Amino acid sequence: MAWTWFHRLGSPPYIYGLAARLTPWFGWLAAVSIVGGLYGGLVLAPADYQQGDDFRIIYVHAPSAWMSLMVYSTMAISAGVGLIWRIKVSHAVAAACAPIGASFTFVALVTGSLWGYRMWGTYWEWDPRLTSELILLFLYLGYMGLRSAMDDMQRADRASAVLAVVGIVNVPIIHYSVLWWNSLHQAPSVMQLAAPTMPASMLIPLLLMFLGFTLMFAALLLVRLQAEILSRERTANWIREAVAS
Amino acid sequence: MNTSVIETSTRGTSALEAARLVLARDIRLALRKRGQLVQPLAFFAIVTTLFPLGISPELSRLRDVAPGVLWVAALLSSLLALEFLFRDDAQDGTLEQHVLSGQSLTWLLFAKTVAHWLLTGLPLAVMAPLAGLSLGVPAAALGGIVVSVAIGSVALSLIGSIGAALTLGVKRSGALLSLLTLPLSMPVLIFGARATELAIKGAGFAPPLYLLGALAVLGITLAPLAAAAAVRISLE
Repeated sequence: MAWTWFHRLGSPPYIYGLAARLTPWFGWLAAVSIVGGLYGGLVLAPADYQQGDDFRIIYVHAPSAWMSLMVYSTMAISAGVGLIWRIKVSHAVAAACAPIGASFTFVALVTGSLWGYRMWGTYWEWDPRLTSELILLFLYLGYMGLRSAMDDMQRADRASAVLAVVGIVNVPIIHYSVLWWNSLHQAPSVMQLAAPTMPASMLIPLLLMFLGFTLMFAALLLVRLQAEILSRERTANWIREAVAS
Repeated sequence: MNTSVIETSTRGTSALEAARLVLARDIRLALRKRGQLVQPLAFFAIVTTLFPLGISPELSRLRDVAPGVLWVAALLSSLLALEFLFRDDAQDGTLEQHVLSGQSLTWLLFAKTVAHWLLTGLPLAVMAPLAGLSLGVPAAALGGIVVSVAIGSVALSLIGSIGAALTLGVKRSGALLSLLTLPLSMPVLIFGARATELAIKGAGFAPPLYLLGALAVLGITLAPLAAAAAVRISLE
């Protein structure tokens, strides 16, 4: 049947092997595009006429902010899949996503605040994007807190999956309410970096960084997934064979 | 309790009827433990008293921060009240009986949440004007505060029911519950405080109130489903 590949994705030994084989591919591709993107962004791209060299932090900030949301969606979707079809591997993927996503969110917050210091003269501005990013960090912390509060792995999986799904419904609501709240209380943000107005010499490295961060996430996820599967299946026979070989 | 009694009493009962019975039971039980009901309200009063002591006794300055103070206090007090939502019923096995009853758990939990709102959210809305007066809010704005707290606390109770259901199996869940619930409640805080602010300024506060209503309706539609799933997981 054409669908057998799909069923195999639910099998921990198969996924473990697949993850081990795919990790170097994603890892090296990520390294190449990040190095290329950094070289293009930090060396080749011209300085911004207004922000000077300060704008270059965008090459880390924007991809991290993008990943913080993408990782949350990945986490919520795989948690939902695990909840509905009771696939163990999906829960392992969701569990592996959370610390990575929280780290990306943290990096986006730190770089955003550093950038804000140069642009606005203050480390923290209640800018809508920074604020929703901060709330997203709290959502990640809540998810990880709930996981670690439960001893039983299966219950932790399913309870945190409900939380992740509830969270993903709320993420757009939080984002738009923060946007609305902010637009009423202060003048529009100073930052106006609409992508189409960016010259290609600045844009192409940025796109490379987006690609590189996505691939890096994939590689990190696969590494963490292997660790998750190892710890979850530590009593299974195939683990002994896999580790021995 | 004899299980056959439960079976005969629930057989042939419609979901709405069962929900009504749960609602009546929860309210009756809560009215017998009045001390518990007063706690979140006293907490609300104390928190709103702390702000004038911490900021300034000048009413003109307090009036500016009144919306935020009222709503943060309401949010915290509703968080405190969530402890009573499922905990007693989970400990004495009532919640398990609800799961086993064959009735729609979604409806039963919705009824429990409605009862919880009637017992904590509504009294909060009635008390908010008093706190408002002490913060220098003009009397004309009090109606707006009652309406916005009443609608907002519906959304808070429903969001909280998910968090309370998820942390049922966790010991000393207070800090975790706030970590789960507060980020999800931020839109309610934003729109509620905005409605209150507009009411204090004497402007039309309908738009944020509509958004609060939308959050409450969304909560009514989706939160009981998520809470039911969470209760099943916590009790299995």
